[in-house]
Amino acid sequence: MLKQRLRVILALMLAGVVLAGCSSSGKDEPVTPPAPEPVQETTPAPKPPPEQPSDFDSQGNPLDPSTRRPLSRTFYFDYDRSVLKPADLSALEIHARLLRSNSDRSVVLEGHCDERGTREYNLALGERRADAVRSFLISSGVPARQIETVSYGEERSQSPGSTESAWSRNRRAVMIYR
Amino acid sequence: MLFERFRIPVLGLLLSISWSVCSWGAASLDTIIIDAGYDKQTRIAVVPFGSSPGVPEDDPLADIVAFDLARSGQFAPLERDNMLSMPTTRREVFFRDWRILGIEYLVVGTSTLQAGGQIAVNYLLFDVVNEREMHVDTLNVPGSKLRDAAHVIADTVFEKITGIRGAFSTRLIYVLAKDQGTRDESFSLELSDSDGERARTLFTSKQPLMSATWSPDATQVAYVSFETGRPTVVLQNIATGSREIVTQFAGINSAPVFSPDGRQLALVLSRDGNPEIYVMNLLDRTLRRITRHHSIDTEPSWTPDGGSLIFTSDRAGQPQIYLVELKTNLVERLTFQGSYNARARLLPDGKHLVYVHRREGIFHIAWQDLERDDVRVLTQSSLDESPSLAPNGTMLIYATQDRGKGILAVVSIDGRVKYRLPSSSGDVREPAWSPFIDTLTKNI
Repeated sequence: MLKQRLRVILALMLAGVVLAGCSSSGKDEPVTPPAPEPVQETTPAPKPPPEQPSDFDSQGNPLDPSTRRPLSRTFYFDYDRSVLKPADLSALEIHARLLRSNSDRSVVLEGHCDERGTREYNLALGERRADAVRSFLISSGVPARQIETVSYGEERSQSPGSTESAWSRNRRAVMIYR
Repeated sequence: MLFERFRIPVLGLLLSISWSVCSWGAASLDTIIIDAGYDKQTRIAVVPFGSSPGVPEDDPLADIVAFDLARSGQFAPLERDNMLSMPTTRREVFFRDWRILGIEYLVVGTSTLQAGGQIAVNYLLFDVVNEREMHVDTLNVPGSKLRDAAHVIADTVFEKITGIRGAFSTRLIYVLAKDQGTRDESFSLELSDSDGERARTLFTSKQPLMSATWSPDATQVAYVSFETGRPTVVLQNIATGSREIVTQFAGINSAPVFSPDGRQLALVLSRDGNPEIYVMNLLDRTLRRITRHHSIDTEPSWTPDGGSLIFTSDRAGQPQIYLVELKTNLVERLTFQGSYNARARLLPDGKHLVYVHRREGIFHIAWQDLERDDVRVLTQSSLDESPSLAPNGTMLIYATQDRGKGILAVVSIDGRVKYRLPSSSGDVREPAWSPFIDTLTKNI
């Protein structure tokens, strides 16, 4: 019964994809009925998905599947660097898995800098930080279409003040789930 | 009338001088605080102008002229209370009254309401030592342009005495950030006189604004706005207020600068993967990519001849200044001292650079002689950024911090003269000094 319904939805979706292809609109138009069912399978699922707890909290932010606690979405960087810290890679790996298994979700990766240095150079550095996260997600199999990046440079500080601790909190990349 | 006190060092002494200051509504810049001038300053007296009934007197012309000359750091205007006589015409001038006070130059004048409502501002400049009239002129202006007339008089006096064109009748644009980190956070692009007076808002946004810059004819500004949620380059006409987003590609759209002829806009786009310098033809909006490097290339600025761009690149590992010739795309590195040199601007002579320079972890504004590779640090504060030169190349305005607040500051190109433009309204930053403007005929 459920299997049959899934097939129908998949057929509808395929038709929708073809139609969307013809209309060549670049926007993510709602061409499918908003179905809560898992849509990631390309072949009929061998068995119906078990009743799993949601990967996301009520705000739509990701949860760590093992601890059921909010998954960290902010990753910090060293001064004038855009290299991810090894300690952050396991959290990023979970983000990648969640994005792969929830293809209807996407992320905006914001890159930020501390106040030191020029504003335009920091805009470029912030982009590099967002790109570092993006590269990790893509190499972990997340489709590029689920990822957007935007750099705010030093324009949106998280912590005011000119101290080392404020600076270290401002050098960050933030994942915003959509 | 509101009197504020300025401290101006004169001949090694700190004298308090009273200047009248008119408030223009909710001005986004406070009154200038002069911190340093030359040791040896030219002694000048600007006598209060005579005025006929009907001339607005809330903003005395002589005070504006004297304060312009004082903030140049090259002049020590005589305090009004110390004047022995108050001449307003040639016949009333007795050189002895001024020589005895050690005054070298004297400015007197009158403003007279004309039949049509215009005001005729007549002024004379005298060389006291040689008892000689150096200049006389009459400016006919509407009441709303009395301040502009005062700045024009200061420009002329400055040029007659120093031989350098004055840049007092210019304008500033800058970004005012209010209530940062709160729900009410806002950013506005502000335009003011060069002394911070008459500030008005050109554009307000809930999203950040940065990198404001003037067109060479001063009719337009370009800047970076995040109003779409990402950085875009915007052109705005000052007189009409009309705005246009000129680029909004994926990634960075930023660092706009007009070519000296105003026909092209250099800017930075990261649409091809990482930040590169482009030049846009403003007539047909075509783009030409200038740099090709996997490093960060940003902060372009034109050479005065329009034939090359200087820019910041970290292609050598850390940001340094480079020059690219537009005909050949040949790239040459310009800075070698220090591990962080960025956001450079060339002086009008094309032979000297100013830029942000990191020394012992602190960011200052530095000056460099390109022929002799001589580098001089001009500022002693920290987090100094965004240097923008006055059109006569004698001073530059930059952004810095004072007790955790963003303020604007001005330093002379030799580092000797310093003044600050704080703001009680919020954090001010990203200043850009306008080109020369004929403020008596243009409404900017």
